[in-house]
Amino acid sequence: MSADVRFMKGNEAIAEAAIRAGLQGYFGYPITPQSEIVEYLAIEEPKHDYVLLQAESEVASANMVYGGAAAGARVMTSTSSPGFSLMQEGVSYIACAQLPCLFVNVARGGPGLGTIQASQGDYFQAVKGGGHGDYRLIVLAPNSVQEMVDYCILGFELADQYRTPALVLTDGSIGQMMEKVVLPPPIAYKPNKPWATTGKPQDRERNAITSLYIESEEMEAVNNELQAKYKAISENEVRYEGYNLDDAEVVLVAYGVTSRVCRKVVDLGRDNGMKVGLLRPQTLWPYPTAAISELADESRVKLFMSVEMSAGQMVEDVRLAVEGRKPVHFYGRTGGIIPTPEEIINAIKAQL
Amino acid sequence: MTAREGYKVVAKRPSTLLDKRMHYCPGCFHSTVHKLMMELVEEMEIQDKIVGVCPVGCSVFAYEYMNIDMQEAAHGRAAAVATGVKRMLPDKLVFSYQGDGDLAAIGTAETIHACNRGENFTFIFINNGIYGMTGGQMAPTTLEGQRTSTSPYGRDVAKVGYPLRMAEMVANFEGVAYSQRVTCTNPAETRRCKRAIKKAFEMQMKGLGTTFIEVASNCPSGWKCTPEESVTWIEDKMLPYFPLGVFKDVTKKEKKAEA
Ligand SMILES: Cc1ncc(C[n+]2csc(CCOP(=O)(O)OP(=O)(O)O)c2C)c(N)n1
Ligand code: SF4
Repeated sequence: MSADVRFMKGNEAIAEAAIRAGLQGYFGYPITPQSEIVEYLAIEEPKHDYVLLQAESEVASANMVYGGAAAGARVMTSTSSPGFSLMQEGVSYIACAQLPCLFVNVARGGPGLGTIQASQGDYFQAVKGGGHGDYRLIVLAPNSVQEMVDYCILGFELADQYRTPALVLTDGSIGQMMEKVVLPPPIAYKPNKPWATTGKPQDRERNAITSLYIESEEMEAVNNELQAKYKAISENEVRYEGYNLDDAEVVLVAYGVTSRVCRKVVDLGRDNGMKVGLLRPQTLWPYPTAAISELADESRVKLFMSVEMSAGQMVEDVRLAVEGRKPVHFYGRTGGIIPTPEEIINAIKAQL
Repeated sequence: MTAREGYKVVAKRPSTLLDKRMHYCPGCFHSTVHKLMMELVEEMEIQDKIVGVCPVGCSVFAYEYMNIDMQEAAHGRAAAVATGVKRMLPDKLVFSYQGDGDLAAIGTAETIHACNRGENFTFIFINNGIYGMTGGQMAPTTLEGQRTSTSPYGRDVAKVGYPLRMAEMVANFEGVAYSQRVTCTNPAETRRCKRAIKKAFEMQMKGLGTTFIEVASNCPSGWKCTPEESVTWIEDKMLPYFPLGVFKDVTKKEKKAEA
């Protein structure tokens, strides 16, 4: 069978990937720059078995996801920054109730209503927990339309494997950009979720999905269980990519769309005799702390620079990994502006 | 359960209600409605077909007592959660079991939109005119002049507005198939309450749309009275403002508008 190759927008690609992953329910509320996801699903709906529902708000859609996931279905929602803020209540409940599902945040510039242009200003919210309590999201950060497809499917799979919510954190530029993608064949999704609330048959105890544990000891036990799971995820699911790191003296750290700009910076730098390399986290949580730490031990490495479309968020995790062994610098733009390779090169030069 | 010699069993705990000590205060209708619902689950033989959603409020622990599959939901989000469940399991019988703070304050948007979409699940709405769980604060259904911990001089409607009549309100939505207000103040009303819930479940099974049962309920603890006094309060104070009755029933032929 020949490969299914298409030229698609990032948002459409993620919707198509979700269908191929066996999507059973999508609940969402329109917001730019991700509305193509729900629009694509709306057009494709008659050809497939999934349920598509436009909710009255992101508060509601996150809670519809809760209900659908607890009923054992493969469910998702997508939104952009202000909408993801509204979903945080649901995210926290879903994490505690250990419900597998997929969130997609096609981020835009903030704070507030902000701009509809791309941004990476939701990093803290995604990886440090935008909702209340001690929970984590598996956070996948695609930097191409192909990875929108791959990480959508991976997100669903990891969510099921660990009974935890996963988030694809991308931005408006990747959501809107068109590229070639190779689509995988559709899978026949067969959920195996004996804990789901599907109606209690005679031969099993009732299933109760809850995040309520009034007794402190019980609540701590649940937290310990969650932390053990997060530890396993941290040990097994870190993903990152290196580009010209072997002899790098300047290590750029960038994810998503800025990692594409930074690849160019590496090439430009090397043309100008600067030994620049790039470490690109593909998972933002768990974070490639160990990989960065190892680089910090290399005597040839002079400095790190985190390049972001934010006022400096991921740089804190780079610093935590480097632990003061090398200088860690930051270069970023906000407001939806994608930094150019030239300005990043200049920022590096200023530190050398 | 076997009867003692010389006695006849006239009422018993249904097998679908777990044999546990309930945390509800003595005389609270939450426990009455739990029992009615679980009797229905037993009688209608729907234990394997029913999924419940209980949001935050005194009944957040309903899954501790009801021997059926259940989900606890965030405060106010029961209608959204139940929507997710029903959309994924359209052949199951789904209900939400909500207090007035939950359904008519923090979750009003979810309530209205689920009703307007005609989500095919059953709302069991326990209207006790107060926030029971958090210690008796004012609810959207607190009566004019009624004292609560956040309206210690009585609800001032000029300042905080009027009590919401939800059963009447949702009856206006096209998506709603059935809306009725009942109570449990005496055996006859309690039986009527059970019949109403049964009717709602049956209509849901037929896929007719949203079914909404409001129970004019009590909160002896929050109202700071005895269970007996709470019944009198419902009859004397609540029912004049929150009248019992059927506000919508799509299975009844529409009455011709009078010319
Ligand atoms: C987001 C949020 N806000 C506030 C609360 C606190 N809270 C818990 S229950 C409740 C009101 C309960 O009243 P009601 O829904 O009428 O149910 P009842 O306890 O009277 O049965 C409130 C305000 C909460 N749990 N979550
Ligand atoms: S506080 Fe009120 S509503 Fe809650 S259990 Fe007690 S009497 Fe019932």
